[in-house]
Amino acid sequence: MSGERLLDIKSLSVTFGGLNALHDLDFHVDKGEIVSVIGPNGAGKTTFFNMISGMVTPTSGDIVYRGDSLLGLDPNQVTARGIARTFQNVRLFANMTILENVMVAQHCRTKVGVFGSLLNTRSFRREEEEIREYGKEVLGFFGSRLVGYRLDQTASVLSYANRRRLEIARAMATKPEIILLDEPVAGMNPKETEELTGLIGKLRSEWGFTIVMIEHDMKVVRDVSDRVVVLDHGETIAQGSYETVSNDPGVIEAYLGRPIEGNAS
Amino acid sequence: MSDTAMSAPADLAPARAPLDQDWRKVVNYGLVLGLALVFISLTGMPDGLNSRVIVEPWLSMGYLSLMWLPFAIGFAVTHEQVLEGMVQHKRGARELVAGAVVGLIGGLCLSLLVYLLDTRDLSDPLVNWNQPLLDFLTRDGSVGEGVLLWVGVSTALGLFGGLMRIVPALGSRLVRAVILTVVGAAAMEALIDDLSEGVWKLEGVVEWLYHPREGLEPAGAIALAIAAAFVVLWLGRQLKKGGAVYNLAREAQPLAVNAVSVVAVAAAAILLPIFLGRLTNDLLVNVGLFVLLALGLNIVVGLAGILDLGYVAFYAVGGYSVAILTSPTSPGISPTLPFWLAIFIVVGMATLAGLFIGAPVIRMRGDYLAIVTLGFGEIIRLTVRSDWASGLTGGAQGMLSIPGPDLNIGGWTLPLVGWTMPKLEVDLMGTNPQHILYVVMFFVAIAIYVSWRLENSRIGRAWMAVREDESVAEAMGINTVTAKLQAFVVGAILASFAGAVFAAKVGSIFESSFKILVSIVILVIVIVGGMGRIAGVVAGAFVLVGILGGPNQPGLMAEFSEYKLLIYGALLVWMMLKRPEGLIPNVRRSRELHQEEFLQDAWLRGEVDRDEAGSEATTDEGWAPA
Repeated sequence: MSGERLLDIKSLSVTFGGLNALHDLDFHVDKGEIVSVIGPNGAGKTTFFNMISGMVTPTSGDIVYRGDSLLGLDPNQVTARGIARTFQNVRLFANMTILENVMVAQHCRTKVGVFGSLLNTRSFRREEEEIREYGKEVLGFFGSRLVGYRLDQTASVLSYANRRRLEIARAMATKPEIILLDEPVAGMNPKETEELTGLIGKLRSEWGFTIVMIEHDMKVVRDVSDRVVVLDHGETIAQGSYETVSNDPGVIEAYLGRPIEGNAS
Repeated sequence: MSDTAMSAPADLAPARAPLDQDWRKVVNYGLVLGLALVFISLTGMPDGLNSRVIVEPWLSMGYLSLMWLPFAIGFAVTHEQVLEGMVQHKRGARELVAGAVVGLIGGLCLSLLVYLLDTRDLSDPLVNWNQPLLDFLTRDGSVGEGVLLWVGVSTALGLFGGLMRIVPALGSRLVRAVILTVVGAAAMEALIDDLSEGVWKLEGVVEWLYHPREGLEPAGAIALAIAAAFVVLWLGRQLKKGGAVYNLAREAQPLAVNAVSVVAVAAAAILLPIFLGRLTNDLLVNVGLFVLLALGLNIVVGLAGILDLGYVAFYAVGGYSVAILTSPTSPGISPTLPFWLAIFIVVGMATLAGLFIGAPVIRMRGDYLAIVTLGFGEIIRLTVRSDWASGLTGGAQGMLSIPGPDLNIGGWTLPLVGWTMPKLEVDLMGTNPQHILYVVMFFVAIAIYVSWRLENSRIGRAWMAVREDESVAEAMGINTVTAKLQAFVVGAILASFAGAVFAAKVGSIFESSFKILVSIVILVIVIVGGMGRIAGVVAGAFVLVGILGGPNQPGLMAEFSEYKLLIYGALLVWMMLKRPEGLIPNVRRSRELHQEEFLQDAWLRGEVDRDEAGSEATTDEGWAPA
């Protein structure tokens, strides 16, 4: 499955004060892969995402995307390069409509400026039409839930699961190559989880996105991942296929704890 | 909701006994009323406004400034919040008693003031503790008469306020219309006088309505009251019908109807100044300047969410640029350009100023940004005033003889072709308010167009995203620094237009016109009018600047100018408590402020979506109304 190397992270570290949030992390993603990042709470998973998307600056190491370093870029530049993300605690533009949410996400793919909008130029109208259409297309990926009469409703009326879906749609609307999904099924019921698992597969097979996903739901991780990376205390403790990782004694220890010496023998 | 007197639905519980009151609440409201009456009296407002007559010789603005309070609080005390599932009682004598008791307590407090005014002298800390106030409160009679007067009047008015809850909706609408018409007609005497001048027969009618000195004649007031009642009873229904016809037509032929409306508004705008007198034109110019400023600030604060408290800086930049470029007596450089050429340079200067001030502050957020912009607003003014810059700006002496814009823009020749634009044979030069009004309307039209176009564009959406959540906007590929700078610069350019027109209108410029108060007034206009909505901002400017007056400009009620800030403050506090979204709110913003009510309503209408069957566990806690 592995194609061209997209993202290559080399000995990445970040410290917040004295805390090593990530320590000497190596990580890579190839084109067309679905990679899951798992680990106990506080292992540094979200910090890892924040670092890739430019919201946190690493203390040392390098993030190379398609041969260029992403270090020093602002989050919007990283998104423009082709890495989009969702947030663990859903952060939509709650008072904008659903359609506007996906339209505004195409900001970095469009370029009409103040004067174009003021003069209502031909390119302005064409671009508006294009991003509206593409926005609807992206929303249509989730069936009829986010389209039709919902397009002009504010995001705040959406149910929890639909907010999560809209977040993914918004990330898709930035026309990325890699999507970083931060706990996409958190808080969903089993039925919704199952459906979204299928959709994550489709994100790759139909839309051609490469996906890096943080997830706690092991069933989802097992069903969609090509590769699983386990973080604990800011370090990679295991990686490989789901089967390999799930039987790794280090991983079991990280999740369940170490047997007490005296007892075990 | 339950706010207005409702025509009784069938399932009301019987009225409660008159004395079955929430006495604690009634006494509290009464004391609040008393405190308010005493406070307003001691600000000197009633006595100061006494000279402004409303109905000669019965009523003056001064008495009105006290008398509306018992009525309003009597109405407020009988308000009952009725929620779904609560028992709603029929309204009756209980409301009257509550209103009257509140009025009585308020009247007693004021009477106490009358008594103390007579017996004690507290004029040392309280400047307005003096004989004129006592004379005003007792209507030049004895203390006993004053006490009787206020206890009686206040109780009656409180009772009247309570009565508003009992009468059917039409009745309270009638009362409101009559009061507003009579007070409005009296307040706008100067304006109406100005308008009717020279118009066929209207002059006679106006002369009959008004007393020769000031205020309405009693007969005139009664005639107006009857006219207002007629409007409510008959014309209101006709207007509603007309509105329905308009809406239907608009649905069927949106383009044609919109075109007709635009043409009608444009025609009115062109014709109106011709019929208006000097005074009204001047007033409208002031309102227009603040509409312009408020529209600009609305882009910065309302759309992009950048709380800029130093907005006056750009107003000053526009004014001083025009002054330096056009005035023949400007101390430093004096190119004496024509206004319309100078305005292009003003745009450039405003852009530079926007970038110069914006660049350092734009990376801050929230309160920090507000404080820093506040500082920059003053820095610009103090720089202009300083010795260092006085060679260019005239320092504290300011600059004089700024020529007005020449509306007769013909007479120039295209350099290469040799074609000369024909010049009209009329003189449209100078600082005549009528001509300036056209200039202001031109810039206001630009500002409205710009606000409207940008709001529904890629840039406008980016601004909204930044306002909603800056870090997420950044992560979604929006360069927030650029977006915010753009908002800053667009706002700066609109403010500089206002400054340019202001300088040309007044003909001189001083740094004292650009004090921090201007920034605050503009912000108050935006907030009171309705942040993020063009119509709201325009309405806010009309209400605040048109009626009460701007920071240095008199409004319709010139008498208020001394108490303007007090009223601004009271209005702002009241709006924040009762209607934080403004007079004419932006739909989005009012949703934001009433998120829970909005979601409840949507839920009741079945619009809030629920996740598919089997997902109750996740949805219920979030969405069910409490």
